[in-house]
Amino acid sequence: MTVVREIDVEVRVNGAAYRCGVPPRLTLADFLRERCGLTGTHLGCEHGVCGACTVLLDGEAVRSCLVFAVQADGAEVTTVEGMAGPGDELSPVQAAFRDHHGLQCGFCTPGFVVSVTAFLRDHPDPTDEEIRQGLSGNLCRCTGYQGIIAAVRAAAGQHARRGREEPTAAHP
Amino acid sequence: MIPATFDYRRADSVADALALLHEYGDEAKLLAGGHSLLPLMKLRLATPQMLVDVGRLGQLSYVRQEGDEVAIGALTRHRDLEVSEVARHSVPVLAHVAGQVGDPQVRHRGTIGGSIAHGDPASDLPAVVLALGGTLVVDGPGGRREIPSTEFFTGFLETAVRPDEMLVEIRVASTAGGWSFQKFNRRAQDWAIVGAVAVAAADGATRVSLVHMGATPLRAAATESALAGGATPAEAAAVAAEGLEPPSDANASREYRRHLAEVLVRRALEDVSLGHG
Repeated sequence: MTVVREIDVEVRVNGAAYRCGVPPRLTLADFLRERCGLTGTHLGCEHGVCGACTVLLDGEAVRSCLVFAVQADGAEVTTVEGMAGPGDELSPVQAAFRDHHGLQCGFCTPGFVVSVTAFLRDHPDPTDEEIRQGLSGNLCRCTGYQGIIAAVRAAAGQHARRGREEPTAAHP
Repeated sequence: MIPATFDYRRADSVADALALLHEYGDEAKLLAGGHSLLPLMKLRLATPQMLVDVGRLGQLSYVRQEGDEVAIGALTRHRDLEVSEVARHSVPVLAHVAGQVGDPQVRHRGTIGGSIAHGDPASDLPAVVLALGGTLVVDGPGGRREIPSTEFFTGFLETAVRPDEMLVEIRVASTAGGWSFQKFNRRAQDWAIVGAVAVAAADGATRVSLVHMGATPLRAAATESALAGGATPAEAAAVAAEGLEPPSDANASREYRRHLAEVLVRRALEDVSLGHG
Protein backbone atom coordinates (compact mmCIF):
# COMPACT_ATOMS: atom_id res chain seq x y z
CA MET A 1 0.00 0.00 0.00
CA THR A 2 1.33 3.39 -0.96
CA VAL A 3 1.80 5.86 1.84
CA VAL A 4 -0.37 8.86 1.08
CA ARG A 5 1.94 11.83 1.01
CA GLU A 6 0.65 15.35 0.57
CA ILE A 7 2.44 17.54 -1.92
CA ASP A 8 2.52 21.32 -1.67
CA VAL A 9 1.14 23.08 -4.70
CA GLU A 10 0.54 26.69 -5.59
CA VAL A 11 -1.97 27.47 -8.30
CA ARG A 12 -3.12 30.93 -9.37
CA VAL A 13 -6.87 30.77 -9.94
CA ASN A 14 -8.61 33.79 -11.46
CA GLY A 15 -5.67 35.91 -10.39
CA ALA A 16 -5.54 34.77 -6.75
CA ALA A 17 -2.86 32.42 -5.39
CA TYR A 18 -4.01 29.24 -3.64
CA ARG A 19 -1.35 27.32 -1.72
CA CYS A 20 -1.98 24.01 0.02
CA GLY A 21 -0.89 20.41 0.45
CA VAL A 22 -2.80 17.93 -1.70
CA PRO A 23 -2.80 14.17 -2.11
CA PRO A 24 -1.47 13.33 -5.59
CA ARG A 25 -4.77 11.78 -6.63
CA LEU A 26 -6.76 14.99 -6.08
CA THR A 27 -7.93 16.21 -9.48
CA LEU A 28 -7.69 19.86 -10.47
CA ALA A 29 -11.51 19.88 -10.61
CA ASP A 30 -11.79 18.78 -6.97
CA PHE A 31 -9.00 21.17 -6.00
CA LEU A 32 -10.98 24.06 -7.52
CA ARG A 33 -14.29 23.02 -5.97
CA GLU A 34 -13.20 21.83 -2.54
CA ARG A 35 -9.97 23.67 -1.77
CA CYS A 36 -10.70 26.95 -3.55
CA GLY A 37 -14.47 26.91 -2.98
CA LEU A 38 -15.03 27.64 -6.66
CA THR A 39 -18.00 25.40 -7.38
CA GLY A 40 -18.79 26.97 -10.76
CA THR A 41 -16.64 24.27 -12.35
CA HIS A 42 -19.04 21.36 -12.67
CA LEU A 43 -18.32 17.64 -12.75
CA GLY A 44 -20.54 15.60 -15.03
CA CYS A 45 -18.97 12.39 -16.25
CA GLU A 46 -15.64 12.66 -14.36
CA HIS A 47 -13.80 10.70 -17.02
CA GLY A 48 -13.12 13.05 -19.88
CA VAL A 49 -16.22 13.03 -22.02
CA CYS A 50 -18.76 15.73 -21.10
CA GLY A 51 -16.52 18.80 -20.86
CA ALA A 52 -18.54 20.39 -18.01
CA CYS A 53 -15.32 20.75 -15.98
CA THR A 54 -13.45 22.67 -18.70
CA VAL A 55 -11.16 25.41 -17.37
CA LEU A 56 -8.30 27.39 -18.87
CA LEU A 57 -4.92 26.01 -17.81
CA ASP A 58 -2.24 28.51 -18.79
CA GLY A 59 -4.75 29.85 -21.30
CA GLU A 60 -5.76 26.57 -22.91
CA ALA A 61 -9.13 24.85 -22.52
CA VAL A 62 -8.62 21.55 -20.68
CA ARG A 63 -10.78 19.14 -18.70
CA SER A 64 -9.99 19.68 -15.02
CA CYS A 65 -11.25 16.15 -14.21
CA LEU A 66 -8.36 14.72 -16.27
CA VAL A 67 -5.60 16.78 -14.68
CA PHE A 68 -4.22 16.16 -11.21
CA ALA A 69 -3.80 19.26 -9.05
CA VAL A 70 -0.09 18.41 -8.71
CA GLN A 71 0.23 18.75 -12.48
CA ALA A 72 -1.13 22.29 -12.25
CA ASP A 73 1.43 23.38 -9.64
CA GLY A 74 2.69 26.80 -10.67
CA ALA A 75 0.07 27.22 -13.37
CA GLU A 76 -2.49 29.91 -14.05
CA VAL A 77 -6.08 28.66 -14.04
CA THR A 78 -9.17 30.55 -15.15
CA THR A 79 -12.59 29.18 -14.20
CA VAL A 80 -16.06 30.39 -15.08
CA GLU A 81 -15.90 32.58 -11.98
CA GLY A 82 -13.11 34.50 -13.69
CA MET A 83 -15.11 35.33 -16.80
CA ALA A 84 -17.33 38.16 -15.62
CA GLY A 85 -16.13 41.75 -15.85
CA PRO A 86 -15.79 44.30 -13.06
CA GLY A 87 -18.95 44.62 -11.00
CA ASP A 88 -20.02 41.11 -12.05
CA GLU A 89 -21.01 42.36 -15.49
CA LEU A 90 -21.51 39.32 -17.75
CA SER A 91 -18.74 38.68 -20.26
CA PRO A 92 -19.75 39.00 -23.94
CA VAL A 93 -19.90 35.19 -24.16
CA GLN A 94 -22.05 34.88 -21.04
CA ALA A 95 -24.37 37.64 -22.25
CA ALA A 96 -24.72 35.96 -25.63
CA PHE A 97 -25.63 32.65 -23.98
CA ARG A 98 -28.38 34.42 -22.04
CA ASP A 99 -29.63 36.32 -25.07
CA HIS A 100 -29.74 33.32 -27.41
CA HIS A 101 -31.04 30.58 -25.13
CA GLY A 102 -27.64 28.92 -25.04
CA LEU A 103 -28.61 27.18 -21.81
CA GLN A 104 -31.58 25.60 -20.13
CA CYS A 105 -30.67 23.71 -16.94
CA GLY A 106 -27.25 25.35 -16.93
CA PHE A 107 -25.21 22.38 -15.73
CA CYS A 108 -22.96 22.25 -18.81
CA THR A 109 -22.82 26.04 -19.19
CA PRO A 110 -19.60 26.78 -17.24
CA GLY A 111 -17.69 24.37 -19.47
CA PHE A 112 -19.23 25.83 -22.59
CA VAL A 113 -18.53 29.42 -21.53
CA VAL A 114 -14.88 28.60 -20.85
CA SER A 115 -14.48 26.63 -24.11
CA VAL A 116 -16.16 29.37 -26.16
CA THR A 117 -14.10 32.12 -24.54
CA ALA A 118 -10.84 30.37 -25.49
CA PHE A 119 -12.17 29.39 -28.90
CA LEU A 120 -13.15 32.96 -29.84
CA ARG A 121 -9.81 34.28 -28.62
CA ASP A 122 -8.13 31.96 -31.14
CA HIS A 123 -10.85 32.14 -33.86
CA PRO A 124 -12.32 35.64 -33.75
CA ASP A 125 -14.37 35.16 -36.93
CA PRO A 126 -15.29 31.46 -37.08
CA THR A 127 -17.45 29.61 -39.58
CA ASP A 128 -20.33 27.49 -38.26
CA GLU A 129 -18.26 24.38 -39.00
CA GLU A 130 -15.36 25.74 -36.96
CA ILE A 131 -17.76 26.56 -34.10
CA ARG A 132 -19.09 23.00 -34.12
CA GLN A 133 -15.58 21.54 -34.20
CA GLY A 134 -14.46 23.95 -31.48
CA LEU A 135 -17.26 22.80 -29.17
CA SER A 136 -17.01 19.08 -29.94
CA GLY A 137 -15.58 18.50 -26.45
CA ASN A 138 -18.65 19.81 -24.60
CA LEU A 139 -21.96 17.99 -24.26
CA CYS A 140 -25.34 19.62 -23.60
CA ARG A 141 -28.44 17.58 -22.90
CA CYS A 142 -31.01 20.41 -22.97
CA THR A 143 -30.59 22.83 -25.82
CA GLY A 144 -30.00 20.69 -28.89
CA TYR A 145 -26.99 23.00 -29.41
CA GLN A 146 -28.69 25.42 -31.83
CA GLY A 147 -28.99 28.14 -29.21
CA ILE A 148 -25.37 27.60 -28.24
CA ILE A 149 -24.18 27.94 -31.85
CA ALA A 150 -26.28 31.10 -32.17
CA ALA A 151 -24.72 32.47 -28.98
CA VAL A 152 -21.20 31.83 -30.25
CA ARG A 153 -22.02 33.46 -33.55
CA ALA A 154 -23.40 36.47 -31.73
CA ALA A 155 -20.46 36.73 -29.39
CA ALA A 156 -18.13 36.54 -32.37
CA GLY A 157 -19.69 39.67 -33.76
CA GLN A 158 -21.36 38.00 -36.71
CA HIS A 159 -24.69 38.99 -35.26
CA ALA A 160 -23.55 42.59 -35.26
CA ARG A 161 -22.54 42.33 -38.91
CA ARG A 162 -25.95 40.97 -39.83
CA GLY A 163 -27.41 43.88 -37.90
CA ARG A 164 -25.45 46.31 -40.01
CA GLU A 165 -27.14 44.95 -43.12
CA GLU A 166 -30.45 46.18 -41.71
CA PRO A 167 -29.48 49.56 -40.33
CA THR A 168 -31.75 51.38 -37.97
CA ALA A 169 -31.95 55.13 -37.77
CA ALA A 170 -31.68 55.10 -34.02
CA HIS A 171 -27.92 54.56 -33.97
CA PRO A 172 -26.02 57.78 -33.42
CA MET B 1 -14.25 8.14 -10.05
CA ILE B 2 -11.33 8.55 -7.66
CA PRO B 3 -8.09 6.72 -8.51
CA ALA B 4 -6.38 4.43 -6.04
CA THR B 5 -3.72 6.19 -3.98
CA PHE B 6 -0.29 6.63 -5.49
CA ASP B 7 2.85 8.62 -4.89
CA TYR B 8 4.09 11.27 -7.30
CA ARG B 9 7.46 12.55 -8.46
CA ARG B 10 8.10 15.21 -11.06
CA ALA B 11 11.04 14.52 -13.35
CA ASP B 12 13.23 17.49 -14.26
CA SER B 13 15.09 15.73 -17.07
CA VAL B 14 15.04 12.50 -19.07
CA ALA B 15 17.90 11.22 -16.90
CA ASP B 16 15.86 12.04 -13.80
CA ALA B 17 12.82 10.21 -15.22
CA LEU B 18 14.94 7.15 -16.07
CA ALA B 19 16.47 7.14 -12.57
CA LEU B 20 12.98 7.23 -11.02
CA LEU B 21 11.82 4.41 -13.32
CA HIS B 22 14.87 2.39 -12.28
CA GLU B 23 14.21 3.11 -8.60
CA TYR B 24 10.52 2.18 -8.61
CA GLY B 25 10.52 -0.52 -11.31
CA ASP B 26 7.20 -2.10 -12.18
CA GLU B 27 5.34 0.06 -9.64
CA ALA B 28 6.01 3.22 -11.64
CA LYS B 29 4.18 4.64 -14.61
CA LEU B 30 5.14 7.68 -16.68
CA LEU B 31 2.62 10.52 -16.73
CA ALA B 32 2.70 12.84 -19.75
CA GLY B 33 -0.62 14.49 -20.70
CA GLY B 34 -2.46 11.81 -18.74
CA HIS B 35 -5.38 11.58 -21.13
CA SER B 36 -5.06 7.83 -21.62
CA LEU B 37 -3.75 7.08 -18.12
CA LEU B 38 -6.15 9.10 -15.94
CA PRO B 39 -9.32 7.49 -17.30
CA LEU B 40 -7.77 4.05 -16.71
CA MET B 41 -6.76 5.04 -13.18
CA LYS B 42 -10.22 6.44 -12.42
CA LEU B 43 -11.77 3.14 -13.52
CA ARG B 44 -9.03 1.42 -11.46
CA LEU B 45 -8.01 -0.57 -14.50
CA ALA B 46 -4.56 0.88 -13.80
CA THR B 47 -3.30 1.24 -10.22
CA PRO B 48 0.32 2.41 -10.43
CA GLN B 49 2.00 2.98 -7.05
CA MET B 50 4.17 5.78 -8.38
CA LEU B 51 3.55 8.34 -11.12
CA VAL B 52 6.65 9.88 -12.65
CA ASP B 53 5.50 13.15 -14.22
CA VAL B 54 7.39 13.90 -17.42
CA GLY B 55 4.81 16.43 -18.58
CA ARG B 56 7.10 19.41 -18.05
CA LEU B 57 10.07 18.15 -20.05
CA GLY B 58 9.81 21.00 -22.54
CA GLN B 59 13.01 19.82 -24.19
CA LEU B 60 10.98 16.87 -25.55
CA SER B 61 8.37 19.11 -27.18
CA TYR B 62 9.51 19.86 -30.74
CA VAL B 63 8.89 19.12 -34.41
CA ARG B 64 12.13 19.37 -36.38
CA GLN B 65 13.17 18.70 -39.96
CA GLU B 66 16.35 16.60 -39.96
CA GLY B 67 17.37 15.86 -43.53
CA ASP B 68 14.69 13.70 -45.17
CA GLU B 69 13.12 12.96 -41.80
CA VAL B 70 10.95 14.78 -39.34
CA ALA B 71 11.76 14.28 -35.65
CA ILE B 72 8.96 14.79 -33.14
CA GLY B 73 9.64 15.02 -29.43
CA ALA B 74 7.57 12.56 -27.41
CA LEU B 75 6.08 15.33 -25.25
CA THR B 76 4.72 17.25 -28.26
CA ARG B 77 1.03 17.87 -27.66
CA HIS B 78 -1.49 17.00 -30.37
CA ARG B 79 -2.42 20.66 -30.82
CA ASP B 80 1.22 21.68 -31.29
CA LEU B 81 1.69 18.95 -33.90
CA GLU B 82 -1.54 19.93 -35.65
CA VAL B 83 -0.35 23.52 -36.17
CA SER B 84 3.38 22.79 -36.66
CA GLU B 85 4.57 24.36 -39.93
CA VAL B 86 7.24 21.65 -40.27
CA ALA B 87 4.69 18.86 -39.88
CA ARG B 88 2.16 20.51 -42.20
CA HIS B 89 4.81 20.91 -44.88
CA SER B 90 6.77 17.65 -44.61
CA VAL B 91 4.28 15.11 -43.18
CA PRO B 92 0.86 16.71 -43.70
CA VAL B 93 -0.94 13.45 -42.88
CA LEU B 94 0.55 13.55 -39.38
CA ALA B 95 -0.51 17.16 -38.75
CA HIS B 96 -3.97 16.39 -40.10
CA VAL B 97 -4.49 13.32 -37.96
CA ALA B 98 -3.20 15.11 -34.84
CA GLY B 99 -6.07 17.55 -35.44
CA GLN B 100 -8.58 14.68 -35.52
CA VAL B 101 -7.66 13.17 -32.15
CA GLY B 102 -10.47 13.54 -29.60
CA ASP B 103 -11.58 17.14 -29.19
CA PRO B 104 -9.86 20.48 -28.46
CA GLN B 105 -9.53 19.82 -24.72
CA VAL B 106 -7.90 16.43 -25.40
CA ARG B 107 -5.54 17.90 -28.00
CA HIS B 108 -4.38 20.57 -25.56
CA ARG B 109 -3.15 17.94 -23.09
CA GLY B 110 -2.50 14.70 -24.96
CA THR B 111 0.98 14.01 -26.33
CA ILE B 112 2.12 11.95 -29.32
CA GLY B 113 4.54 10.00 -27.15
CA GLY B 114 1.82 9.19 -24.63
CA SER B 115 -0.56 8.08 -27.35
CA ILE B 116 2.02 5.82 -28.98
CA ALA B 117 3.44 4.40 -25.75
CA HIS B 118 -0.12 3.60 -24.64
CA GLY B 119 -0.41 1.42 -27.76
CA ASP B 120 -4.19 1.57 -28.01
CA PRO B 121 -5.36 -0.08 -31.26
CA ALA B 122 -8.23 2.45 -31.35
CA SER B 123 -5.92 5.48 -31.37
CA ASP B 124 -5.19 7.39 -34.56
CA LEU B 125 -1.56 8.45 -34.18
CA PRO B 126 -0.01 4.96 -33.83
CA ALA B 127 -1.63 4.00 -37.15
CA VAL B 128 -0.20 7.09 -38.89
CA VAL B 129 3.29 6.38 -37.60
CA LEU B 130 2.92 2.82 -38.93
CA ALA B 131 1.78 4.05 -42.36
CA LEU B 132 4.70 6.48 -42.45
CA GLY B 133 7.11 3.61 -41.72
CA GLY B 134 8.26 5.54 -38.67
CA THR B 135 10.84 4.75 -36.02
CA LEU B 136 10.43 5.07 -32.26
CA VAL B 137 13.41 6.23 -30.24
CA VAL B 138 13.52 5.07 -26.62
CA ASP B 139 16.02 5.99 -23.93
CA GLY B 140 16.99 3.70 -21.07
CA PRO B 141 19.79 2.43 -18.85
CA GLY B 142 21.62 1.07 -21.90
CA GLY B 143 21.32 4.37 -23.81
CA ARG B 144 19.13 5.18 -26.76
CA ARG B 145 17.80 2.55 -29.14
CA GLU B 146 15.59 2.77 -32.20
CA ILE B 147 12.59 0.50 -32.74
CA PRO B 148 10.89 0.22 -36.15
CA SER B 149 7.18 0.97 -35.81
CA THR B 150 6.38 -2.48 -37.23
CA GLU B 151 8.08 -4.06 -34.18
CA PHE B 152 6.85 -1.58 -31.59
CA PHE B 153 3.29 -2.70 -30.87
CA THR B 154 3.51 -6.13 -29.31
CA GLY B 155 0.04 -6.78 -27.85
CA PHE B 156 -3.08 -5.11 -26.50
CA LEU B 157 -1.78 -1.92 -24.80
CA GLU B 158 1.69 -3.49 -24.88
CA THR B 159 4.77 -2.15 -26.60
CA ALA B 160 8.45 -2.95 -26.97
CA VAL B 161 9.33 -0.22 -24.44
CA ARG B 162 10.78 -1.88 -21.33
CA PRO B 163 9.65 -0.83 -17.83
CA ASP B 164 12.91 1.09 -17.28
CA GLU B 165 12.81 2.84 -20.66
CA MET B 166 11.05 5.94 -21.97
CA LEU B 167 9.89 6.86 -25.46
CA VAL B 168 11.65 10.13 -26.29
CA GLU B 169 11.27 10.71 -30.02
CA ILE B 170 9.25 9.70 -33.07
CA ARG B 171 10.97 9.82 -36.46
CA VAL B 172 9.12 9.66 -39.78
CA ALA B 173 10.22 10.18 -43.38
CA SER B 174 8.99 13.29 -45.18
CA THR B 175 6.30 12.56 -47.76
CA ALA B 176 5.72 14.28 -51.08
CA GLY B 177 2.86 12.19 -52.50
CA GLY B 178 -0.78 11.62 -51.70
CA TRP B 179 -2.17 10.55 -48.36
CA SER B 180 -5.53 9.93 -46.81
CA PHE B 181 -7.03 9.41 -43.36
CA GLN B 182 -10.50 7.90 -43.12
CA LYS B 183 -12.03 7.86 -39.65
CA PHE B 184 -15.46 6.40 -39.01
CA ASN B 185 -17.09 7.39 -35.74
CA ARG B 186 -20.45 8.55 -34.46
CA ARG B 187 -19.41 11.67 -32.54
CA ALA B 188 -16.50 13.99 -33.26
CA GLN B 189 -14.75 13.26 -29.95
CA ASP B 190 -15.00 9.46 -30.11
CA TRP B 191 -12.34 6.94 -30.96
CA ALA B 192 -12.59 5.55 -34.48
CA ILE B 193 -14.90 2.56 -34.79
CA VAL B 194 -12.52 1.80 -37.66
CA GLY B 195 -9.94 4.07 -39.27
CA ALA B 196 -7.65 3.72 -42.28
CA VAL B 197 -4.48 5.58 -43.24
CA ALA B 198 -2.88 5.38 -46.68
CA VAL B 199 0.37 7.09 -47.61
CA ALA B 200 2.27 7.14 -50.92
CA ALA B 201 5.83 6.62 -49.72
CA ALA B 202 8.94 8.08 -51.34
CA ASP B 203 10.00 4.61 -52.57
CA GLY B 204 6.84 4.36 -54.71
CA ALA B 205 5.03 1.92 -52.43
CA THR B 206 1.70 2.71 -50.82
CA ARG B 207 1.53 1.88 -47.13
CA VAL B 208 -1.80 1.26 -45.44
CA SER B 209 -2.57 0.96 -41.75
CA LEU B 210 -5.75 0.36 -39.79
CA VAL B 211 -7.22 1.69 -36.56
CA HIS B 212 -9.23 -0.56 -34.22
CA MET B 213 -8.94 -3.69 -36.38
CA GLY B 214 -7.07 -5.95 -33.95
CA ALA B 215 -5.26 -6.13 -30.64
CA THR B 216 -2.66 -3.59 -31.81
CA PRO B 217 -2.41 -0.75 -34.31
CA LEU B 218 -1.48 -2.60 -37.50
CA ARG B 219 -0.55 -2.45 -41.17
CA ALA B 220 -3.02 -3.83 -43.73
CA ALA B 221 -0.55 -6.45 -44.94
CA ALA B 222 -2.85 -8.14 -47.47
CA THR B 223 -3.78 -4.82 -49.05
CA GLU B 224 -0.15 -3.72 -49.23
CA SER B 225 0.98 -6.90 -50.95
CA ALA B 226 -1.95 -6.76 -53.38
CA LEU B 227 -0.93 -3.21 -54.30
CA ALA B 228 2.69 -4.31 -54.73
CA GLY B 229 1.40 -6.99 -57.11
CA GLY B 230 -0.38 -4.40 -59.26
CA ALA B 231 -3.92 -4.61 -57.86
CA THR B 232 -6.31 -1.69 -58.36
CA PRO B 233 -7.44 0.26 -55.27
CA ALA B 234 -10.78 -1.59 -55.30
CA GLU B 235 -9.07 -5.01 -55.56
CA ALA B 236 -6.57 -4.15 -52.83
CA ALA B 237 -9.29 -2.78 -50.54
CA ALA B 238 -11.35 -5.97 -50.89
CA VAL B 239 -8.68 -7.87 -48.92
CA ALA B 240 -8.15 -5.15 -46.26
CA ALA B 241 -9.54 -7.29 -43.43
CA GLU B 242 -7.87 -10.53 -44.54
CA GLY B 243 -6.27 -12.31 -41.61
CA LEU B 244 -7.50 -9.71 -39.11
CA GLU B 245 -9.55 -10.38 -35.98
CA PRO B 246 -11.12 -7.04 -35.02
CA PRO B 247 -13.05 -6.77 -31.75
CA SER B 248 -16.82 -6.85 -31.36
CA ASP B 249 -18.17 -4.27 -28.95
CA ALA B 250 -21.13 -1.99 -28.29
CA ASN B 251 -20.28 0.13 -31.34
CA ALA B 252 -19.74 -2.54 -33.96
CA SER B 253 -19.64 -6.27 -34.53
CA ARG B 254 -16.52 -7.94 -35.88
CA GLU B 255 -18.24 -8.42 -39.25
CA TYR B 256 -19.20 -4.76 -39.45
CA ARG B 257 -15.64 -3.69 -38.64
CA ARG B 258 -14.33 -5.94 -41.43
CA HIS B 259 -16.81 -4.33 -43.82
CA LEU B 260 -15.82 -0.84 -42.67
CA ALA B 261 -12.14 -1.62 -43.18
CA GLU B 262 -12.77 -2.57 -46.81
CA VAL B 263 -14.82 0.55 -47.50
CA LEU B 264 -12.46 2.95 -45.71
CA VAL B 265 -9.33 1.46 -47.31
CA ARG B 266 -10.93 1.78 -50.75
CA ARG B 267 -11.74 5.44 -50.11
CA ALA B 268 -8.23 6.06 -48.78
CA LEU B 269 -6.55 4.35 -51.75
CA GLU B 270 -8.73 6.23 -54.22
CA ASP B 271 -7.75 9.48 -52.51
CA VAL B 272 -4.06 8.58 -52.74
CA SER B 273 -4.28 7.48 -56.38
CA LEU B 274 -5.86 10.84 -57.21
CA GLY B 275 -2.93 12.53 -55.50
CA HIS B 276 -5.03 13.93 -52.69
CA GLY B 277 -3.38 15.10 -49.56
